[in-house]
Amino acid sequence: MTIEFETPKPIAQTQFVLKTVAENMMRPQSREMDENEHEIPFGYIEFMHNAMRSIGGGSLAPKEEKPKEGDEKKEKRPPIAYQNLAAQIEMLSWGDVGFYLVTPGGGLGAAAVQAAGTPEQRAKFLARFNEEKPTFAAMCMTEAGAGSDTSAIRTRAVLDEAANEWVINGEKIFVTAGEKSFNPREQFGKGFIVVWANIDPTAGRAGMRAFVVEAGTPGVKVVGLERKLGIRASDTATISLVDVRVPFENILGSPTVEKTTTGFKGAMATFDATRPLVAASGIGVARAALEFLKEKLAEGGVEIRYGLPRNKLTAVEKEVIDMEIQLRSAWLMVLKAVWMADNKKPNALESSMSKVRAGDVVTKITQKAVEIMGPLGYSREFLLEKWFRDAKITDIYEGTGQINRLVVARQILGYSGKELR
Amino acid sequence: MYSFEPNEEQQMLVDAVGKYAQNDLRPAAHDAEESRELPKKLISKGWELGFLQASIPEAYGGFGDRSAVTGALAMEEFAFGDLAGALAVLTPSLFAMPILLGGSEEQKQEYLPKVIEGDWTPYTAALIEYVFDFDPTALKTTATADGGDYVLSGEKAFVPFAKDAEAMIVYASLDGKTQGFIVPKGAAGLSVADEREKLMGLNALPMYRVKLDGVKVPAAKRLGGEAGHDFELILASMRIASASAAVGVAKASLEYATNYAKEREAFGVKIAQKQAIAFMLAEMAIEIEAMRLLTWEAAWKLDTGKEDAAQAAYLAFTGAADMAMMVTDRGVQILGGHGYIREHPVELWMRNGRGFAMLTGLAIV
Ligand SMILES: Cc1cc2nc3c(=O)[nH]c(=O)nc-3n(C[C@H](O)[C@H](O)[C@H](O)COP(=O)(O)OP(=O)(O)OC[C@H]3O[C@@H](n4cnc5c(N)ncnc54)[C@H](O)[C@@H]3O)c2cc1C
Ligand SMILES: Cc1cc2nc3c(=O)[nH]c(=O)nc-3n(C[C@H](O)[C@H](O)[C@H](O)COP(=O)(O)OP(=O)(O)OC[C@H]3O[C@@H](n4cnc5c(N)ncnc54)[C@H](O)[C@@H]3O)c2cc1C
Repeated sequence: MTIEFETPKPIAQTQFVLKTVAENMMRPQSREMDENEHEIPFGYIEFMHNAMRSIGGGSLAPKEEKPKEGDEKKEKRPPIAYQNLAAQIEMLSWGDVGFYLVTPGGGLGAAAVQAAGTPEQRAKFLARFNEEKPTFAAMCMTEAGAGSDTSAIRTRAVLDEAANEWVINGEKIFVTAGEKSFNPREQFGKGFIVVWANIDPTAGRAGMRAFVVEAGTPGVKVVGLERKLGIRASDTATISLVDVRVPFENILGSPTVEKTTTGFKGAMATFDATRPLVAASGIGVARAALEFLKEKLAEGGVEIRYGLPRNKLTAVEKEVIDMEIQLRSAWLMVLKAVWMADNKKPNALESSMSKVRAGDVVTKITQKAVEIMGPLGYSREFLLEKWFRDAKITDIYEGTGQINRLVVARQILGYSGKELR
Repeated sequence: MYSFEPNEEQQMLVDAVGKYAQNDLRPAAHDAEESRELPKKLISKGWELGFLQASIPEAYGGFGDRSAVTGALAMEEFAFGDLAGALAVLTPSLFAMPILLGGSEEQKQEYLPKVIEGDWTPYTAALIEYVFDFDPTALKTTATADGGDYVLSGEKAFVPFAKDAEAMIVYASLDGKTQGFIVPKGAAGLSVADEREKLMGLNALPMYRVKLDGVKVPAAKRLGGEAGHDFELILASMRIASASAAVGVAKASLEYATNYAKEREAFGVKIAQKQAIAFMLAEMAIEIEAMRLLTWEAAWKLDTGKEDAAQAAYLAFTGAADMAMMVTDRGVQILGGHGYIREHPVELWMRNGRGFAMLTGLAIV
């Protein structure tokens, strides 16, 4: 091992390709999708699906890396799937984070299956993303009464032993891509939603389990779509579940409740994997804003004099330099977290650190950029104001900034959730 | 590839320096600051770890190759122990490293073996100037070509071990560009103040004001010889050293405050169990890691000759200086009134933390 920051070739290549996609398919439509909430960018979805299929995996998920036969040199190549994924997400979000969130391929739903499912379940549920039509999946954890405190979910799953089926009741809110996953348009394949429910409320967290609920399952209804501050191209659904029956084998992980926190750990394992990816997404938005800012400043003849001591810089130069420091260091924290994931090192601390940092810096950078650009920043003629609205979600979903601070603090203090709430 | 793990050799160095920092530098730090005196034995012991020696190729009497990444790793560990002690141990680098990076072949042959052979010997460099708008790329001290020689005029500040230094590199503005000049002990026109600098922190490190009153330097003693050298590279290496030192000092403060917060009780719980404290600790840890990675990347860019290496080093240095202030301030805050008392080291780290904004020139890796 060594300390190195050279972008691996495969990553540089995908970045290059996705930048073209971002410039040609996302940016020109960004404004339109923002102003027409709940419209679907079919062209982009189609294109991304075909592109991802043609390179062998129909989803934005870390690819299984198998060394090619007879290629001995490549066998020793270190794994970079998560690193590549983070770089892809960053670039797509640089294009438009709303679009990125409607990239077909399973999103958080697939991530949950990946993290909490058995190899058989992965094979069974994830194959569809590689088929002919673009397909979506979503994850339903949050409820009206349970956001940060996921252990407070009320959705209940009861085993009907006679039928060998689970019966699920509850209501989920804020389900990203819930509509596209559960009520696929004719252009889309049959997706699923992963529903977190408790199988034994007396066991608390230990009873939490995730269930794969196929699109169209009776008893499930998308009862509403949110209207939001930003990421408007992404649908955020409210989903009610009334006596929903799913096959026994759709439970992810173990169906028995030991007095441990396995179920909860499944949820947390999902977050370890996805938090740096959310951070990466936010960083893409902030990079777009910072690049726009620098471009406009340059057009206006404002030069950033790198190398000067602080007290010789103008206020604007100071801001821009700070933004660069913040953004680059946030990105490096993401890279480290996903590098650890690729190398099978436990990364709960690094994941949460990258998420806190990204949540902070992307909101600051986009806010400051709007401020510095004045009327140009506030005007809807440019995308900057939209990026400011889009960036804010980074600090909220997949664990708010506060929740991730708790995770970090517990790790460095060696505290349990009880000792530090 | 991206990779975030020191190699074996680097890890061995980090472990050795870390042990010295923990067992030697740290326990001596308080008394050294108060008495304004670093035990010579302590410095020698740090010198014997061979960090500088390992950065210099065999051809010049050393036993390794210079790597800014390795330097960053070592600097963080040294500074984690005590900043003044760390800077003292590494003062000869201020002289040797610029010669390695920008010196002519004759200069390398002449000076490098001398600096690194045997016990720690004071060799130093003079960059900082006593003005509020100090800028290493726009120095007030001047070098003027005079026949085959250069003439140096001006005043330098915060020059470590200037009094005893066998030789120093003096940085001066030559036609508006910063260049280094090798000035031996006792050169005509060179005068070192009798009194040491009195500063907010770093009092264990003897630093002096140095006057240059028409000091004549032969062309061969211009760093790099007649052709001069690339100061940007030296400055970037200094900035990486400062940034790494900032990370080390901040890490010390975080560790101390963390342990304190887990012991100290208020309102029936450990104060670490209060989010107001726990969140500060989390943010400190995050800031430190952020600046550590930014510094590593800059160092790696320097080692691999990336075009934007100097800019990366500047950004790392600027960010790390802010980080150090934020973190060391919170270190004091978390100890409450006790943090303000000099029995605990956090207030010293806060004083040192403030220094980083101007520390360019006191360290180089
Ligand atoms: C656009 C969007 C998309 C989303 N997509 C999904 C999705 O696909 N699937 C899904 O399951 N969920 C999704 N969410 C839900 C998201 O994860 C939650 O909104 C988030 O976890 C916060 O929960 P909450 O909104 O209930 O806030 P609350 O938990 O009520 O928090 C309110 C405030 O209190 C703070 N807080 C809470 N607990 C603590 C504590 N212990 N200490 C200190 N401060 C605390 C929070 O940080 C926050 O500032 C989405 C949300 C949005 C807005
Ligand atoms: C120079 C100096 C002069 C002083 N003069 C006087 C004087 O004349 N008379 C006198 O009586 N006292 C005096 N004091 C004491 C001073 O008021 C206390 O130091 C101060 O109240 C903090 O108490 P502490 O030091 O025990 O810190 P602690 O109470 O141990 O606090 C440690 C840290 O925990 C935080 N903390 C504590 N409780 C909570 C909580 N519930 N939630 C979140 N955070 C918390 C604090 O903010 C602090 O950051 C003086 C102190 C100094 C340094």
